[in-house]
Amino acid sequence: MENIRISKIASYVPSKVITNDDLGEIMDTSDEWISSRTGIKKRHISVSENTSELCIKVAEKLLQESDWECASIDLIIVATMSPDSYTPATAALVQGKIGATNAVAFDISAACSGFVYGLTVAQSFLMQNEIKKVMLIGGEVLSKVIDWSERSSAVLFGDGAAGVLLEKSTKQSAFLAHDLKTYGELGDKLKAGETKPIESFPRTKEHVISGFSMSGRDVYTFATHKVPESIVTASKKAGLELEQIDWFVMHQANSRIVEQIAKKLKQPISKFPMNIEEYGNTSAASVPLLLDELVKSEKIKRGQVIALSGFGGGLTVGTQIIKY
Amino acid sequence: MTEQEIFEKVQGIVVEQLDVDAAAVKMDADIKEDLEADSLDVFEIMNELEDELDIKLEADENVKTIKDVVEYVKKEVAAK
Repeated sequence: MENIRISKIASYVPSKVITNDDLGEIMDTSDEWISSRTGIKKRHISVSENTSELCIKVAEKLLQESDWECASIDLIIVATMSPDSYTPATAALVQGKIGATNAVAFDISAACSGFVYGLTVAQSFLMQNEIKKVMLIGGEVLSKVIDWSERSSAVLFGDGAAGVLLEKSTKQSAFLAHDLKTYGELGDKLKAGETKPIESFPRTKEHVISGFSMSGRDVYTFATHKVPESIVTASKKAGLELEQIDWFVMHQANSRIVEQIAKKLKQPISKFPMNIEEYGNTSAASVPLLLDELVKSEKIKRGQVIALSGFGGGLTVGTQIIKY
Repeated sequence: MTEQEIFEKVQGIVVEQLDVDAAAVKMDADIKEDLEADSLDVFEIMNELEDELDIKLEADENVKTIKDVVEYVKKEVAAK
């Protein structure tokens, strides 16, 4: 059977770096407090570029590194929870800017699982004959969403984007199996950008979009239970033992969560690379951002088996197991 | 379960999670002050107890000391 592969990968983060000490100057927190609880030391913050602009930078890098003509791209998907606007979709802005005139473009809203959900959506499209080349990008400017006066969440997030080119594969690379699940009944445990009806007509209340709110323990419990479950389900579908998986590339929400996932799976933490220290939680961008780093540093090599997992708002969880 | 059995269960989980000596996990030990747990440690201790004893525990319940945890667990086990 024909399969698909990640042919190129690229990332872009804004240049402004905010350390934990920088945050300590504007709110009651400290480097020790943040790093011991989350593993985060710094984050990149976009002051002037919006989500689509980060994604366009990634798209341009992907095109530079490949021999793809813009017009040959069939589909562009952006996974994001911080789009430029309700409409147009961030993916449409990317499509327009790079001139991918033949590509269909839309966004996926699955928060921190967005990139992994996107891989599965892209895979489904690529299984159709007329779709041959897909660009999938996870991009976020969370700094514009979060309430900077709310220290419990403000310390967690960062901005960035990363993406991949996907195409049909005749080589050893393949998508082996996936598991996606959504727990909508837990949706209120993690919310951002909530809007409300006008309540009266004509409208008298101000138009308000709320910031970020999270029930810490519920989300922690969800992640440390459902992510291991998802990885086990996907690996069974792939006919693999966990020992046969070379790398577990987890959404970088919190190093303590990743450590707990490793412990639950009884796999060495050395198979769970992390870069949260540098970027914080970049939601849909975190999995491809880490993947890019691992591929560029040649830690991940062609032919290795990788489990990619996202988890977060929805609540959602997803795992895609690939042979890179 | 007797109180002693619950204490031993709590003690085992706390030792594992916080990497402390079993001797330090006494009934009057303050989890955050004496055993240096942070909020995520408390989540994990509660989660382990929930999974092992098939009960539901709130992390923000008034639990400060090991004794508080033991009594809270005892109440929930009895209510099962």
